[in-house]
Amino acid sequence: MSEYRIHGATGEWEVVIGLEVHAQVTSQAKLFSGAATAFGAEPNTQVSLVDAAMPGMLPVPNRECIRQAVRTGMAIDAQINKWSRFDRKNYFYADLPQGYQISQLYHPLVGEGHLDIALDDKNPENTKRIGVERIHVEQDAGKLMHDQHPTMSYVDLNRSGVALMEIVSKPEMRSPAEAGAYVRKLRSILRYVGSCDGNMEEGSMRADVNVSVRKPGEEFGTRTETKNVNSVRFVMQVIEYEANRQVDVLESGGKVDQETRLFDPDTGTTRTMRSKEDAHDYRYFPDPDLLPLELDDAFLHDCRESLPELPDAKRHRYESELGLTAYNANQLTADVDVYKRFEDVLAATADRTGKPEKDVATQVANWVLSVAPGVKNATEGAVEANDTTAANAGILALAAANVVSGGQAKEIYEIVLKTGREPDEIAETEGLKQNSDTGAIEAVIDEVLAANEDKVAEYRGGKDKLFGFFVGQTMKAMKGKGNPAVVNEVLKTKLG
Amino acid sequence: MTNLTELGVAAIRDGVAGGEFTAVEVAEAFNANVAAASSLNAFIVATPEVAVDAAKAVDAKRAKGEPLGKMGGVPIGMKDLFATKGVQTTAASHILEGFTPQYESTVSQKLWDAGAGMLGKLNLDQFAMGSSNETSYFGNVISPWRRKDGGNAALAPGGSSGGSSAAVAARLAPAATGTDTGGSIRQPAAFTGITGIKPTYGRCSRWGVVAFASSLDQAGPMARDTRDCAIMLEAMAGFDPKDATSLDMPVPEWEAGLNPDMKGKRIGIPREYRMDGMDEDVAKSWDDGIAWMKDAGAEIVDISLPHTKYALPAYYIIAPAEASSNLARYDGVRYGLRDLPDGAGLQDMYAATRADGFGPEVKRRIMIGTYVLSAGFYDAYYNQAQKIRTLIAQDFAKAFEQCDVILAPTCPTAAFALGEKTSDPLAMYLNDVFAVPASLAGLPAMSVPAGMNREGLPLGLQIIGRAFDEQGVLNAGLAIEKAAGFVATPDRWW
Repeated sequence: MSEYRIHGATGEWEVVIGLEVHAQVTSQAKLFSGAATAFGAEPNTQVSLVDAAMPGMLPVPNRECIRQAVRTGMAIDAQINKWSRFDRKNYFYADLPQGYQISQLYHPLVGEGHLDIALDDKNPENTKRIGVERIHVEQDAGKLMHDQHPTMSYVDLNRSGVALMEIVSKPEMRSPAEAGAYVRKLRSILRYVGSCDGNMEEGSMRADVNVSVRKPGEEFGTRTETKNVNSVRFVMQVIEYEANRQVDVLESGGKVDQETRLFDPDTGTTRTMRSKEDAHDYRYFPDPDLLPLELDDAFLHDCRESLPELPDAKRHRYESELGLTAYNANQLTADVDVYKRFEDVLAATADRTGKPEKDVATQVANWVLSVAPGVKNATEGAVEANDTTAANAGILALAAANVVSGGQAKEIYEIVLKTGREPDEIAETEGLKQNSDTGAIEAVIDEVLAANEDKVAEYRGGKDKLFGFFVGQTMKAMKGKGNPAVVNEVLKTKLG
Repeated sequence: MTNLTELGVAAIRDGVAGGEFTAVEVAEAFNANVAAASSLNAFIVATPEVAVDAAKAVDAKRAKGEPLGKMGGVPIGMKDLFATKGVQTTAASHILEGFTPQYESTVSQKLWDAGAGMLGKLNLDQFAMGSSNETSYFGNVISPWRRKDGGNAALAPGGSSGGSSAAVAARLAPAATGTDTGGSIRQPAAFTGITGIKPTYGRCSRWGVVAFASSLDQAGPMARDTRDCAIMLEAMAGFDPKDATSLDMPVPEWEAGLNPDMKGKRIGIPREYRMDGMDEDVAKSWDDGIAWMKDAGAEIVDISLPHTKYALPAYYIIAPAEASSNLARYDGVRYGLRDLPDGAGLQDMYAATRADGFGPEVKRRIMIGTYVLSAGFYDAYYNQAQKIRTLIAQDFAKAFEQCDVILAPTCPTAAFALGEKTSDPLAMYLNDVFAVPASLAGLPAMSVPAGMNREGLPLGLQIIGRAFDEQGVLNAGLAIEKAAGFVATPDRWW
């Protein structure tokens, strides 16, 4: 990835990017109340007395939310603060029942950490380290609905009090692509850890995008913050738009205002939401309803012990232990669902074939990454439930034992997806097996050679290209079921 | 037959248990007193039927031979800061007028579970902000006491638990709940010749209590005497997982542990509490208290609480700061008052609702609190006040190396007349000067009646103890109570 520059009238500009990612903590209950957190419930059906800020209601921290944030911090090698505290961020809005958000300004739960982003898909070792300033936990607000009544807005408090992690990066990204890679990597880690489902469409993860521009080597410029951007593509669009806009402003003699902006996905542009002068005075102070959060060693130990193998470590292991290519290892480990499927199918295939995992890993990797998805996409009427680990391993075992050819494996898989039948039974019943019987193949080849004596003579006369013709004729005669390796071998012998 | 409304908690509990009278008879007797005392304005809402229903349940239990509970058959008044399910809960504010909770506060539920019944919701200073009960939206409470000066000046019952103090003193209830943020149990108890204890911060759950200043608010009992307070506090206290600041400790058997013998006890006398120009009668009652303690076998120790003079300013930064945030939820969006002028937007609705819904003292404290938390002032005010709070707690910790409990006046004066201090908030705030330090340090503190001033008004003495040592405080209170022999009651004029 070459250096990203905005080419302005006055020369090149460098873009400086920092991201504040809000990730909803995966938890049955909210940060300070027992109310449920499922997405898409009817309005105001997941609201406790605490979430509605009824008089006299008190917050009680949900241990699971804290645990998930700590595990997330550990996953990015961050400092975990054994002593942290909740602060109130005070402002009035109809979606904020308490009149304040409980957050952590002064003493966040997680301090500095970092994650490595890949700058090149083909070479995952080409990475850049992006610093994370902090992770703190805080409450989400409710939601206003403006389309329910001609003159009034309605309030839905289902999200009110849901636990968020705010993951604040350092301003260390320098291009839209780096920011995109950062969000994807962060999302991958969150999903590995299980602390956030990373679903940006449902709002489980969203980013505030801080952008400024400067001439390379100069001091940081004034930044703008674009709020609540909810896809990787939009994050990149915001940066591109904002950087160019700021360059235009500066080159036409203007000044970038430090302000909060909104992104319009329909036009791909940003616009002013509020300027610095309108900025709230949030009057942060320690929440007197809550004691400081103190984590003991046993809790931290439990958090650390419960961490899974993380993407980078897994990728390295796939290469060194399973002998996969860097590209395959990277593709397999980028997302939780993919690696889980790979590992499940790999274990089952090794089991079925009686071979060590590393002997079948490449075959399974190719199957999981490209062969199977290709067949699945092309199969109409595929039933997800039929796509079991056992069925995949069954097909791969047949292929590994040369019982079926690559093409037959695909055909069997298609039938599996549609019907849920057993691969062994399909191979048997549908005749989807390749013939490796040397005697039978010899007989067919003898017939083919006898019927094409002229071509045999040409071949022996030096026309090597005709070898493919004989293979084709043989396969055709065997209705495609001849084991190609055996066919090749016998042909070579017979043709001398 | 006994005049049932002259009985306190222990006597009623024992009398009901022993079959001397029924719980329903007790409830009806107090209901009658409540009904006849509307001129005191102690109750915002009377709930005679609730009291009778609870009493019937206790009588039915007795008939079946079941245990009646620590407060079995005792009807009480409930300060209208506690959420009571199905009964209007207002914090004496217009902004919550008509608000009926769908939940019951932990403390009130514990009392009902212990066999108590509710006579009604007691008046208070609006959102518990005040020392005279004059900030209530529902009108001030009038103390049952009058000066023996021939005049009939209406006196303050103290605040914020002024409905509670007036009700107990006037025999409208044998006991009542109070809450104390900076003296709101102790000062009204002292003004009305009754006993009240603020336990260690965290002893009583704050869940369901309308918040004023979360780090200071603490519920406690107000009753005729020390024993009654001990009984009721046992029923109110206890760990509550719904309150993150609740103490996870067993509740001691304070009543069983009562002992007025002060032999071997060291009583600390803080020299900083003896101020220039101190009210003579108050000074004398303090000296009396010291003498009684000596007589009871205690050793008197001169102690110093050097940061005392900073306590009141620190309190009037911290409490309003927390209040300004705690009261933000009263916005007209979800419950309570909503003032929506024609064509109003959200900001207009907030402004109109809160302008109309909050009284002047509440607004004053919201503004003070907002100011001290503002950017540029936070360090100078709030952070400084928190440091003072730490120093004050350290003062007490040091003092308690030399003594077991501290004895001081509860208030600088006896009850003042209504209207006397309303125009001067600072003079009003000064009333809390002796009460506030223990609040800032989260320590248990009680007020017991110690005598009368020359105008015939009660004076209270305050006992402050170590954290979690309610027993030591109650025992010292009992020693004062026995020595003082305070039996005066207000003449019934209402």
